Amino acid sequence: MENRLRVLRAERSWSQQDLAEKLEVSRQSVNAIETGKYDPSLPLAFRIAELFDLPIEQIFLPPSRLRSKAI
Amino acid sequence: MVRTPAWKRYNWRVIWLSLLYVAFLLPAVYGFKHQLVPHSAAYFVAILPALPIIGIFGALGRYLVEEQDEYVRMLMVRQVLWASGLTLSIATAWGFLDNFGLVGHADGYWLIAIWFAGLGLGGIVNKLTLGDGGC
Repeated sequence: MENRLRVLRAERSWSQQDLAEKLEVSRQSVNAIETGKYDPSLPLAFRIAELFDLPIEQIFLPPSRLRSKAI
Repeated sequence: MVRTPAWKRYNWRVIWLSLLYVAFLLPAVYGFKHQLVPHSAAYFVAILPALPIIGIFGALGRYLVEEQDEYVRMLMVRQVLWASGLTLSIATAWGFLDNFGLVGHADGYWLIAIWFAGLGLGGIVNKLTLGDGGC
């Protein structure tokens, strides 16, 4: 699933390690989520949303929205 | 592999169980070789080295329960699936080859060695398919 995690992290000048520590996960987890290789569970997605103080759908882009943009 | 607290505990459990395995296996082999094991205790002594190995499977299950990092847990689950798939496939193929008299009969404990090799193979597949995230 595409997401804006890398952009949001860069805006705050956080490294992957910084974000990983704030979320209490490994740096590899952050990397896998950022690159779209792993979709986080709903609880982790909520933790990410709370950390950035944004609704989930402003961080993770629903595939249906990506399709409609392509059309 | 990412060294999470759960992973470190799992590693220690595996180390202790491996030492226990050696401690049980060597006397059992020596005892049976030199006919020192009484018939009444034979089954007990023979099964002792299997218990730490079974314990390692238990430690793996406990690790999957204790692991708080869901992505790292998923990586291990993928490794376990690779290990189980490889082992069951080889056991199935070997079983038919054996049944038709094309290969010799193999000892069952080789399946454990294949399973652990499969766990390593799963780690390599993780690395190849997920790159840095594959740990």
